[in-house]
Amino acid sequence: MARVDSITISPAPDSSGRGRSRRSASVGDAIFRGLTAGAALGLFVLIVVMVWVLWRESQPAVQKFGWRFLFRNTWDPVTEEFGALHAVYGTLVTTAIALLAAVPCSLGIAVFLAEIAPAWLRGPVGTAVELLAAVPSIVYGMWGLFVLAPLMGDTVQPWLQEHIGGPLFSGPPMGIGLLTAGLVLALMILPFISSVMRDVFQLTPAALKESAYGVGATTWEVVRHVLIPYGRKAIVGAVTLGLGRALGETMAVTFVIGNAHRLSPSLFAAGNSIASTLANEFTEADGDVYMAALIELGLVLFLITFVILTAAQLWIRRLGQQEGR
Amino acid sequence: MRLRRRTWRKAVNAAAMFLSACTALFGLVMLGWILSDTAVKGIRAINWDFFVRLPTPPGETHGGLANAMLGTLILTATAAAMSVPAGILAGTWLAEFGRRGRLAAVVRTVADVLTGAPSIVVGVFVYLVLVRPFGHFSGWAGAVALAILMLPVVTRTTEEMLLLVPDAMRESALALGAPLWRVLIGIVYRAARAGMLTGILLAISRAAGETAPLLFTSLNSPYWGKSLNQPMPSLTVTLFNYAMSPYDEWQTQAWGAALVVTGAVLATTVTARIWLRRTTQRT
Repeated sequence: MARVDSITISPAPDSSGRGRSRRSASVGDAIFRGLTAGAALGLFVLIVVMVWVLWRESQPAVQKFGWRFLFRNTWDPVTEEFGALHAVYGTLVTTAIALLAAVPCSLGIAVFLAEIAPAWLRGPVGTAVELLAAVPSIVYGMWGLFVLAPLMGDTVQPWLQEHIGGPLFSGPPMGIGLLTAGLVLALMILPFISSVMRDVFQLTPAALKESAYGVGATTWEVVRHVLIPYGRKAIVGAVTLGLGRALGETMAVTFVIGNAHRLSPSLFAAGNSIASTLANEFTEADGDVYMAALIELGLVLFLITFVILTAAQLWIRRLGQQEGR
Repeated sequence: MRLRRRTWRKAVNAAAMFLSACTALFGLVMLGWILSDTAVKGIRAINWDFFVRLPTPPGETHGGLANAMLGTLILTATAAAMSVPAGILAGTWLAEFGRRGRLAAVVRTVADVLTGAPSIVVGVFVYLVLVRPFGHFSGWAGAVALAILMLPVVTRTTEEMLLLVPDAMRESALALGAPLWRVLIGIVYRAARAGMLTGILLAISRAAGETAPLLFTSLNSPYWGKSLNQPMPSLTVTLFNYAMSPYDEWQTQAWGAALVVTGAVLATTVTARIWLRRTTQRT
């Protein structure tokens, strides 16, 4: 009460002073607004400049090989003949293996955390899965090379050869190669996908779940017929984010993929992904065309992830707008 | 008939629940496996020399990775000094001025795409812009590469945390006659402080564990990184070189480096999460 009195009683400040303070306030606001807008625009400029620089610097290779670069299966620094096919192939195969292994497993973990686990277990298990996401990728790579690869070579690969066989599992079981790289990638993206899926499941309205339980559905039927259809789009978005991550991952793959420029139908064969080629050869590249070919590889990788991630973002955003309505 | 159907449904349910629990167990086992291997193999390299001495050529003992640890600290701190202010400003614009506009939607998409951009391509970009024109690898280039990776993370976390601050707070401060910039700095930032710090901490821990963007920017060095104008050693790139080397003692040291990096990153992450949970529970 007293405060209100003091405000009403106090004499109005003279008009010139008020004008000055208002002007200085608006100048301050304009500066602050300009600074923040500049920083936000900086992000946009950054990504444009990145694509432009990569494009400009890859010109020697673009002009020499044109579109054929993407479909040629040669990598010869001596004769300066380069093609991206084996690297694109290695990237796509390892990513596919990673998704095939990680998506069902993430679904299981998400269902466990959202529906099955008793409350006291949800916190610790959820934290553990999120910690898997925080382990640096180079540690995954090192662990893959020194622990997983010997295990694959001695046990898993011979078993696959004996019991399944076929061209996919042919060749000497060396431990390293496309299959091992894909499995390490799967471990890396597992926590990302499962934590998004868990969030989606937990956001499902309780009324939907309870009505399904009410008519006698089992937990699995609720998951299968309520949770998954309800969160379908968000789940696709989550998988796409994992996909983007797997495509561009460098260190975990470089350790175990075997670093060989060739295309082989066997998953046991050593190969190369775009990222591992860059990691292994970029500092050694002599000659303009060699360097430009590597930069073009980087540009291709950037554009692939760019398209996939943008599509995923737009998808999720549209979903959010639909939910909001 | 009906009874058999019910038994069947129950069996399917039990199988699905069992598989689901198995996957969760699998996640836990893998985490335990990776961490215990790193700890058991890494602990063999850990001694006083490891933390205070320079690397030695293979065959000589008593070498350490002190320079690489200091280098990682310098690179990460420099990257944070560059990206945190810019990220906070950009996040402020998204939360306070851009909000639902079309331009803000574009910037948000760009930030999210940049967050998922392959870190090795960021390394290539910085090499072309900051290494090749100057003719030498440098700590500056490595720090800039890390900063580019941190920037979108800081931006988006800042935005999210600012949006959690209720509009009523802004409005009451504005109604008292404070200019908007004073309201944002004095009221909104203060209210969102804990969340913003957590986001920054997570971005820093992520950057400290990065290897790929440093390979062609700060490179590596067996000496102290005395200046940001020279190649700067880092724990992760040293780990990569040592692990790929044929020497046993270097590989042991690589596990030691892995233990230090993982320990530091996980400790930061857990601290940040606990902190965030405590502060959000209190409000």
